[in-house]
Amino acid sequence: MWARTRSYWPYLLIAPAVVGGAFLLLYPLFKAAVISFQHFRMGELIRGGAVFVGLDNYAELLTGTEFWEVLLRTAVWTAINVVLIVGLSTGIALMMVRLGRGLRLALMSALALAWAMPIIAATTVFQWLFQSELGLVNWLLVTLGLESFQGYTWFANGTATFAVLVVLVVWQSVPFAALTLYAGLTTIPAELYESARIDGGTGWQVFRQITFPILRPLFALVASLEVIWVAKCFPQIWVLSQGGPDDATTTLPVYAFKIARVLHRYDLGSAVAMLTVVILAIALVSNLRRMVRQ
Amino acid sequence: MKRLLLNTAAVAVLVTTIFPVYWMFLTAFKPTRDIQSPTPTFWPADPTFDHFVTAINAPGFWTYWRNSLLVTVGAVLLALIVALLASFAIARMRWRGRGVFVVAVFAAQMAPWEALLVPVFIIARDTDLLDSLAMLTGVYFMITLPFTIVTLRGFLDAIPLELEEAAQVDGCSRMAAFRRVVFPLLAPGLMATSLFGFITAWNEFAFVNVLIIKDQDQRTLPVWLSSFRDVFGTDWGATMAAASLFALPALLLFLFLQRNVGTGMTAGAVKG
Repeated sequence: MWARTRSYWPYLLIAPAVVGGAFLLLYPLFKAAVISFQHFRMGELIRGGAVFVGLDNYAELLTGTEFWEVLLRTAVWTAINVVLIVGLSTGIALMMVRLGRGLRLALMSALALAWAMPIIAATTVFQWLFQSELGLVNWLLVTLGLESFQGYTWFANGTATFAVLVVLVVWQSVPFAALTLYAGLTTIPAELYESARIDGGTGWQVFRQITFPILRPLFALVASLEVIWVAKCFPQIWVLSQGGPDDATTTLPVYAFKIARVLHRYDLGSAVAMLTVVILAIALVSNLRRMVRQ
Repeated sequence: MKRLLLNTAAVAVLVTTIFPVYWMFLTAFKPTRDIQSPTPTFWPADPTFDHFVTAINAPGFWTYWRNSLLVTVGAVLLALIVALLASFAIARMRWRGRGVFVVAVFAAQMAPWEALLVPVFIIARDTDLLDSLAMLTGVYFMITLPFTIVTLRGFLDAIPLELEEAAQVDGCSRMAAFRRVVFPLLAPGLMATSLFGFITAWNEFAFVNVLIIKDQDQRTLPVWLSSFRDVFGTDWGATMAAASLFALPALLLFLFLQRNVGTGMTAGAVKG
């Protein structure tokens, strides 16, 4: 009945989506690519008339040291967060399968609530938790006997700010990953586990030889989504530290934003953005291909 | 013993997960002297609404609330309508270029939005759409659209074709069959997808920061909240009250919709 229609209807139906995508997605992407090859600063923004300068912006980035420092920092930032997120979520998902009904439902609601918490609201709460004089974290650490945290200023130290941001991002990301992995775990037939147990498999062996292989595509998906999410993560960092102190939390998106909006180097910012897109695409494609092939 | 260990771990995870949310609400209800006391209290012994009054009476609060609501609802509705049309074309029709369109939608789902801040800013500037809620709505619409199409298509696929055919055999036009049979069944799907759109638009911070520059009256709640030091100084009670008021719609909507999503409305609709 719904054989290939030779009518214009389908095209009419997708037209609004196509128009929206063309104007608000393809055109900006194209514009970013163009600007990255131009001399485009405050003057060009006001007067227009930007001229093409070839690969100058890319050359400026790639020959300087700052870009490579930021890139390395972004890689470390992404690796630490994603390992923590996937590790913790796997543990929580495995735990949820074994829990009684009441506790499991309570945990699921808690995860859903944390997941729904708006990013900026959560960021503000973490600023309050890590506040130096009245913050709960310092009180807890001092109570536990770590006297040196009395009045400790977390956001004055690069490593400490980085650590607080990791805690924040992991706390925000675990609910989605844990709930997704849990949903995946519930699809594995119980018979598989039983026969493995009868054969004398330990918990770790069962996980490695049954659970993980079956859920490999799901793990790949969750890990990839988290890589994108963490690498692109901007609001938390910008609100908490603006990339400081001393650039200790300046990752690629923060760097692009800073040089574009603070230094008015729109050309250089666009070049950073284009490089980010390319790097993420390469990382994702290779990651997905490897995970799926194995 | 093993059971005890498991349950203890579960409770620890539960507390860690919920605690920041709890602490936000708790601080918002605590009297200032409790907030400033060196030993924290973990229970609202003496709850007060003072901080909420301070937050609501802060300059511009209602304007930002209204802006956030307008932008969010506008973007979500627009995305739902446009996505419904497109997903119907994908799920129920065969046409040349369908495959390409599906792949394009999937690719758009991974669009590098953070990388588009600068060009979107320049485009908005060139078209006189800086400081405009319309531009912001458009961007949020586009951010949520690909996901909305993919999800709605999934929900449409799950609705048996036989239902529509039966309605048409019974004399409904294709449009009427869609409106009377498919649309009601799609309600949970529409809710689920609008939830995602709502969270995305309500949360969005980077674009509003870039697109709303001079006209402070066009700002939304996240930007206002992020500048709490300018508004409330070190008044953490009022800051947490503002954060609570900002978070509440998202949290309520989530708890409310979570129940309605994924109910098997079509179960038993088609026999054998």
